Amino acid sequence: MKKFIALVLALAMIACMTVSALAEDVVLTIAHIGPETGPAAVYGLATSRGAKIAADEITAADNGITVVLLDEDDAHDAEKSVNAYNTVLDNGAQMIIGTTTTTPCIAVATLAYDERVFMLTPSASSTDVTSGRDNVYQVCFTDPAQGAASAQYIAQNGLPTKIAVIYNNADAYSTGIYETFMAEAPALGLEVVSITTFTDNSNFTSQVSAAQSAGAELVFLPIYYTPASLILQTAANAGYKPVFFGVDGMDGILSIDGFDTSLAEGVMLLTPFSADAEDEKTVNFVKSYKDLYGEVPNQFAADAYDGVYALVEAAKVAGVQTGDKAEDVCDAMIAAMQQITYEGVTGTMTWDATGAVSKTPTAVVIENGVYVGFDK
Amino acid sequence: MDIMSVIINGLSIGSIYAIIALGYTMVYGIAKMLNFAHGDVIMVGAYTFFAAAHARNLNGPGGPFAAVLIAIVLCALLGMAIEFLAYRSLRQAPSLAVLITAIGVSYLLQNVMQTVMSLDGVDRFFKNVLGVVISENNDKPIFGADTKMITDLVNMQALDIHLSDTLTIPGLAIVTIAVNMLIVVLLSLFVNYTKMGKAMRSVSEDRSAAQLMGINVNRTITVTFAIGSGLAAIAGILYCAFPHELVPTTGSIPGIKAFIAAVIGGIGSIPGALIGGLLLGLVEQLSRSFLPVTELTDAVVYSVLIIVLLFRPTGLLGKKIHEKV
Repeated sequence: MKKFIALVLALAMIACMTVSALAEDVVLTIAHIGPETGPAAVYGLATSRGAKIAADEITAADNGITVVLLDEDDAHDAEKSVNAYNTVLDNGAQMIIGTTTTTPCIAVATLAYDERVFMLTPSASSTDVTSGRDNVYQVCFTDPAQGAASAQYIAQNGLPTKIAVIYNNADAYSTGIYETFMAEAPALGLEVVSITTFTDNSNFTSQVSAAQSAGAELVFLPIYYTPASLILQTAANAGYKPVFFGVDGMDGILSIDGFDTSLAEGVMLLTPFSADAEDEKTVNFVKSYKDLYGEVPNQFAADAYDGVYALVEAAKVAGVQTGDKAEDVCDAMIAAMQQITYEGVTGTMTWDATGAVSKTPTAVVIENGVYVGFDK
Repeated sequence: MDIMSVIINGLSIGSIYAIIALGYTMVYGIAKMLNFAHGDVIMVGAYTFFAAAHARNLNGPGGPFAAVLIAIVLCALLGMAIEFLAYRSLRQAPSLAVLITAIGVSYLLQNVMQTVMSLDGVDRFFKNVLGVVISENNDKPIFGADTKMITDLVNMQALDIHLSDTLTIPGLAIVTIAVNMLIVVLLSLFVNYTKMGKAMRSVSEDRSAAQLMGINVNRTITVTFAIGSGLAAIAGILYCAFPHELVPTTGSIPGIKAFIAAVIGGIGSIPGALIGGLLLGLVEQLSRSFLPVTELTDAVVYSVLIIVLLFRPTGLLGKKIHEKV
């Protein structure tokens, strides 16, 4: 029996070697980590799918590069995310597109910094992810950019100025946006009449009724879509109809099973990607995504799609070869990332040494169940 | 902050806790065990309701009601199955063994549900391989790991009472409180005036004496589990409609809160579960709304338990247990 196993293993090894000898492409092994189950699953599934489409397109195109995408679920849990990180490194990952959500991303980034693994997160937008770590880059805006930009939008576009804020003070993402929003709001003439917090998705009756009795006409929700959907429902139950304004975490609210999406009509959110844009790249990406998964891609999918392309661009500049170890290519990737300019579906992006991206923010409003550009 | 709306919300979440607490209290009173898997039966009930209501053939005006019935029946069967498979063989075992088994069943239910609901391709499998479309809406498959909600199915806004611009009594709250009262009344009548109720009371008082009098103890306990779990299904639907998100761990928090409600009211007592549930709901909503720090809400809720137990160790309506020495 032992001999038989040894023989099989030997044959398998030979087979592997032949395959890699046949492929002349440079094989880049990129790992995606994100929540594909649990409360933030919409994000992780979107980034996973977006990354997959980009990887397949790059591999299919005849440009000498094959992208092998490893995919691990972290269920939006820091500990699971670190386990996923260790798993993908054991499986030969050279760089990481991830992780998708902020809290796990901070945990993984801490490790990746020590072990010198290059990370490009599609959507973890807190500055805590990048600050003090030269190896972590972002495709999405940072939270400060989102908070300040939200305040500016509200002030400049004639939206109600009596504002209530409901945010999650146990979450780095939510708190980060809240703080920069509050720093910007008074100077722009916005009156914040009610500030309430939560730590879990238990129930929102008291927060909503505080906003309602304070007479707020706009509720700013720098939070993820699941609590946001509960807040919309609670407000509807209480007969309260303000304007709701969210940030990128609101993206996904239309895909919750069993949520009455008519409640999301008129909800505004800040996002760099709108699936109804008509440039060729967006049209192609939206089409492939729809064909494969039967739904319109959200911003997270777009960020991950751009992220994989940007990683491959940078890897080309850095000269990453098949089988290179993650820790050996990290410094070259860091240098390359600051040189490239990538034009993707979420805008034209450049990166500086802090790891933050620069591109222009836009807002969309939900009308008849789809995002419509607000600036139009 | 309008005190009235806080009280209404408190009574309405308290009613849900009370319905769950009834399950704890009946099982404890009759089988003398703590069924910690009870909270997860709530979650199974809500998922069943979700799946049944989205199934294609139930997509009509009476659909949600049929889905409620399906959820109740399935949970009652689940409760009986849990009792038969996990607890029956432990009838003579020390209570610690039963307790740990119950915790095991709780984790089992959560993880099975997590796995089952994560099977992305189930809808496609039914459609492509068996040629049966199970979901009423192709864009929203029933299975899939996304967070579910049931709020679009349980719309009671027609019953809303608008008192002023800032105060509406939600129709859902009215329904929740009414359902709770109805359940308590029916259950009290059942326990006090039917033959099975009499059997339950005697098993609760002295199991071996009841057996000697010709009462089928196993069957009595099975019926208790069926009733408790059926009630859990109702509670699960109301809880998720409140609204709360529907994920495999949805049942654990209301499960714990309702257990505390049952203990505060005096575990084993039906009116106790009602009072405990309402009290807990009110304390929770009041502290959530009026405490300067929202995060302390649960601390206040749990300290109510400690205070009550300090002064009345058997709960507000619990029976004093005289131990013969």
